[in-house]
Amino acid sequence: MTPAPPTGRSGHSPAARPRPPRALRNLNAKIASVPMILTALVVFMGGTAWTVAHSFTKSRLLPKWKFVGFDQYERLWSSNRWLISVENLLIYGLCSLMLTMAIGFTLAALLDRKIRFEGAFRTIFLYPFALSFVVTGLAWQWILNPDFGIQNVVRSWGWESFAFDPLNNPETVIFGVLIAGLWQGSGFVMVIMLAGLRGIDEDIWKAARVDGIGVTKTYVRVIIPMMRPVFVTALVIIASGIIKLYDLVVAQTNGGPGISSEVPAKYVINYMFEAQNLGQGFAASTMMLLSVIIILVPWAYLEFGGKKRG
Amino acid sequence: MKLTSILMTTALSVSATIAQSADLEVTHWWTSGGEAAAVTKFADAVNGQTTHNWVDGAIAGSGTTARPIIISRILGGDPMAATQLTHGRQAEELIEAGLMTDLTELAEQEGWRDIVNPPSLLDSCTYEGRIYCVPVNIHSTQWLWLSHEAFDKAGMSVPQDWYEFVAAAPKLAEAGIVPLAMGQQGWQQRIAFGALTVGLVDQDSWRKVSLERDAGVAAGPQYAKVFDAVVDARELARNSNVQDWNLATNMVITGKAGGQIMGDWAQGEFTLAEQVAGQDYTCLPGMGLNQIIDTSGDAFYFPAIDDAEVRQAQMDMASVLISKEVQVAFNLTKGSLPVRGDVDLSAANDCMKKGLAILADGNVLPSMDQAFSTDTQAQIQDLMAEFWASDMAAADAQARYAEIIADAD
Repeated sequence: MTPAPPTGRSGHSPAARPRPPRALRNLNAKIASVPMILTALVVFMGGTAWTVAHSFTKSRLLPKWKFVGFDQYERLWSSNRWLISVENLLIYGLCSLMLTMAIGFTLAALLDRKIRFEGAFRTIFLYPFALSFVVTGLAWQWILNPDFGIQNVVRSWGWESFAFDPLNNPETVIFGVLIAGLWQGSGFVMVIMLAGLRGIDEDIWKAARVDGIGVTKTYVRVIIPMMRPVFVTALVIIASGIIKLYDLVVAQTNGGPGISSEVPAKYVINYMFEAQNLGQGFAASTMMLLSVIIILVPWAYLEFGGKKRG
Repeated sequence: MKLTSILMTTALSVSATIAQSADLEVTHWWTSGGEAAAVTKFADAVNGQTTHNWVDGAIAGSGTTARPIIISRILGGDPMAATQLTHGRQAEELIEAGLMTDLTELAEQEGWRDIVNPPSLLDSCTYEGRIYCVPVNIHSTQWLWLSHEAFDKAGMSVPQDWYEFVAAAPKLAEAGIVPLAMGQQGWQQRIAFGALTVGLVDQDSWRKVSLERDAGVAAGPQYAKVFDAVVDARELARNSNVQDWNLATNMVITGKAGGQIMGDWAQGEFTLAEQVAGQDYTCLPGMGLNQIIDTSGDAFYFPAIDDAEVRQAQMDMASVLISKEVQVAFNLTKGSLPVRGDVDLSAANDCMKKGLAILADGNVLPSMDQAFSTDTQAQIQDLMAEFWASDMAAADAQARYAEIIADAD
């Protein structure tokens, strides 16, 4: 056996063996994170880049590198269906964002007043969220159907002239979808808010009561600002649900009457798979991505950039 | 004579025992009552005449629902053994990518070139000189179906063309009958539009627009007639609140609606309801104005599967689907026309005979599936969906249509 070399593990002379370069330090952790990094780069970033690149091509059924510049985008923005889709998403998005937050918070605040049977109410309100959008859509299609649903019920009570038929009118159909969306989403927001409210220290309430501040005022001035992280979480979840709005519309109206309740995600799916025009679908999905970035960047700047300054 | 037949049977049975049997998964979207009855004819023939098993993979919904599922399965590397598609340009790129089995040898052996009529059907299956699908029926979309019961109730004789039908509408409405049944789905509205185009426009203009993409003609006076007619149709269908096409057909069958514009597959529903053509209902090809039909249709494609047994089974199946008896049995049930001119159709009913006569006179046009890419058709469909649900004026719709034609490929 050969004797061990004089310098080695004992580390008597660190100068003779310089520390490994920065890139090689903590190697195990770095190797362990390689799959994650690869997934992020290849699957998420790579897939996105591939889609964006192909949106400049004339891909039909199969992706092809046949560049046509901005043709797909020009066609997209001159297509009535796309314009209606975007408009619908804006209406649905703004209303749904504000109303689910308002309804969710109100419900949570009411439940938080130490009422009886809180568990039962919580379950009832959260129940719709356990259903898929497809079931929700189909259920509300029936409820809003003038021959079977609300209109029929009210008329059978004797109010013969009562009319409530949002789904068959191109002007109001998106609000019919909105009703179903609110029914589905509010309970979930309520649960998040309730968790936030439970995280508020009891002493805060005591202090407010001692100072003689009303309940409503305490909520608006003290509790809501304290719940900022909860609101942000709820906002992100609702917003992502809005952008990808698809199954609810398919189940409830299938974009109809005509094209008056179309949404961008449906445009993407239809043009990619039914109309066999991948290029057009990619262009539309790139626009969706762009809109997310436009919303996300200022928010991220405020959220993370602001802290450093403040 | 007897000896040869005995020898033949033994030879057949011997070859049958040698031949391997395979399970063939077949996808299609024939799910309405009449269609389902027809597809069992195919399944029985495959199960009975070959050693293979027909594994039914029906996909509910129309072609617009089923086609993406079928195509994504083929692209995703999980192909079925055979699938229905409307031939034309839908499978062009799949063939180009080598995902479909080449049937040319079988076709030459059995002489499909000589038996398929009209030949354009086989041309739709042909890509760069090779044959990739077997046409199984001819479907024409230019039919107006009229309910005798409805017109009796309104105290009128049954109209003989589209204009008479429009004129008869007020009286129908008075009698509490919806003049025109129309499923509120884009593809049905597109088909109605296409049917009115063929019925009302002269052939020259039709060819200029659909085949040469002449946007000028599409914006011109000939086509203005069509858009006026679609405005009429929209008015007549105001109270038609059904979705699926067979529900609309059912309105005609039960006399709740005066008529419906639908392809000849509606025939299958009438047959299933045991109604007699000419007695309970009337069918008017080409809206009763132009005795012309188009020749789209269904075809079976066989996705390429790397397995000699399956390939052989696919060939056997293709051969059965186009054989004489199977063609007759299937098409009589489905209400479509057979793809070969040499079969005995004495059992055909009134409507099918009308179609066959037009076919024999050669008054045929290429179908929309053959003329336009799926993409262009989707744009026309979007336009029609929007038009039917709104108060869009005829002139606006025509201008938009001309734009689509100008950009068509």
